[in-house]
Amino acid sequence: MSSAQREFLVRQSRHRLVVRSGRILLFLLFLILWEITAKLHLIDSFIFSSPSLILSCLWSMSVDGSLFYHTGVTLWETLLSFFLVIVISLGTALLLWSNKTLFEVIEPFLVMLNSLPKSALAPILIVWLGNRTRTIVVAAVSVALFGAILTLYTGFSQINSDKVKLIYSLGGSKKDVLLKVLLPASIPLIISNMKVNAGLCLVGVIIGEFLSSKAGLGFLIIYSSQVFQMTLMVTSIVILCGVSVLIYQGITLLEKRLSAN
Amino acid sequence: MIPKLEVKGVSCSYHRMEGETLALSHIEFTMNPGEFLAIAGPSGCGKSTLLSLICGLLSPDQGKILLDGKEVTRPGAGGRIGYMLQKDHLFEWRSILSNACLGPELSGSLTSERKEEIAGMLSDYGLGAFLHSRPSELSGGMRQRAALIRTLALKPDLLLLDEPFSALDYQTRLSVSDDISTIIRSANKTAILVTHDLSEAISIADRVLVLTKRPGQVKAIVPIRFESEKGRTASPLERRNLPEFAGYFNQLWKEIQTHE
Repeated sequence: MSSAQREFLVRQSRHRLVVRSGRILLFLLFLILWEITAKLHLIDSFIFSSPSLILSCLWSMSVDGSLFYHTGVTLWETLLSFFLVIVISLGTALLLWSNKTLFEVIEPFLVMLNSLPKSALAPILIVWLGNRTRTIVVAAVSVALFGAILTLYTGFSQINSDKVKLIYSLGGSKKDVLLKVLLPASIPLIISNMKVNAGLCLVGVIIGEFLSSKAGLGFLIIYSSQVFQMTLMVTSIVILCGVSVLIYQGITLLEKRLSAN
Repeated sequence: MIPKLEVKGVSCSYHRMEGETLALSHIEFTMNPGEFLAIAGPSGCGKSTLLSLICGLLSPDQGKILLDGKEVTRPGAGGRIGYMLQKDHLFEWRSILSNACLGPELSGSLTSERKEEIAGMLSDYGLGAFLHSRPSELSGGMRQRAALIRTLALKPDLLLLDEPFSALDYQTRLSVSDDISTIIRSANKTAILVTHDLSEAISIADRVLVLTKRPGQVKAIVPIRFESEKGRTASPLERRNLPEFAGYFNQLWKEIQTHE
């Protein structure tokens, strides 16, 4: 190895160290400032809470099990709606790909439903479906579904027409185009779409839990605001951050698995 | 003897909202088995449309296309016509071997012997070390050879080559056209090469068919003959140095120019 290369590697690893420690320092600085200002009564910890209050709240919640219960409920609802969105959007996008006329007929409705703020639907869903889990799941599905269908369809319709021609010239059928070209070529698109949808499903679940639920992190946030327990509220948000990181990492792991094959 | 291919008075037009475009008008020619025909013409003259028609991917508005005296009813005529496109279109998610096996796989005739045979063909043309590589690991010339093997895997007797060298750099292009010519001639296949490069057409073909600008019509069919003993067996690269080469080039150049 030349000395210039060695120097380059040293510079690179120093750069990575600076970035990594910078992140940690920034986070610690934020926590320390928050804690100190709360301790010195510069901010009211009853309203703004404090890191130590959040930690003790997390501790007591894990002791009585409510931490796992509420997180589990939210996670379950998110995964269920995520699964439904994946299945329904893939199925619908494939149907529309195989029948372009059908797509042209329903396109304006899809666009309208996609741009509609889904939180406006939540109250109506409660009336129609009742105050229960399925309402939350439907709300979450409605947040992600229409955009997912449009994204997948657009991706499918941009498949290189010469690749399709190749399949036909080798005597293949439309089914072969689907299985040998369309689906394998769309895996990166499907994965990136999944990443977006997981986040959107979590948004939908929280909206649903705000309005109609007896459990889950969204319920905890609303409940704690009603009883003015700000520490519980901030703690719920902290847990929510953890849940979203968990889901995102899960999909990244899946992506790595798929690209390794 | 029944000709390998008969194209009889074929016309084809495209339909759009703005109107109808006549792409090809009364195309007529015949090919004998084992013959190599090059089709040259200005861009947009309907060269690729003609290949799609012969392959059965499109059907003509008028006229008939006969393969061994019978009309082509489905694309590729059950593997008897092989179509090689301008780009290799190797699937990145498949290995080279699995790409080359696509044709037999689609027709449900992929046995382990067939697969070994195809692997053998790949090895014969210098891809033996890359059977399990991804297409992105290969150079442009190697990819194009892999695409040719994929076309040959169904053992077609008529090959359609749609500017298969145009995406390659000049040097690769010369060596790949040499390789491909050798492969096709040694297997005694009938082949049609579409190209806009006149010297490529002369270097590889037995006859050159010149199309006019849109709507494409047959302007001339020029037989390419090299008199010397050496000339008849010359490879495309060697042909370029034979005395007749320049004369054919000038003759075809005039044919292409005069209608403008």
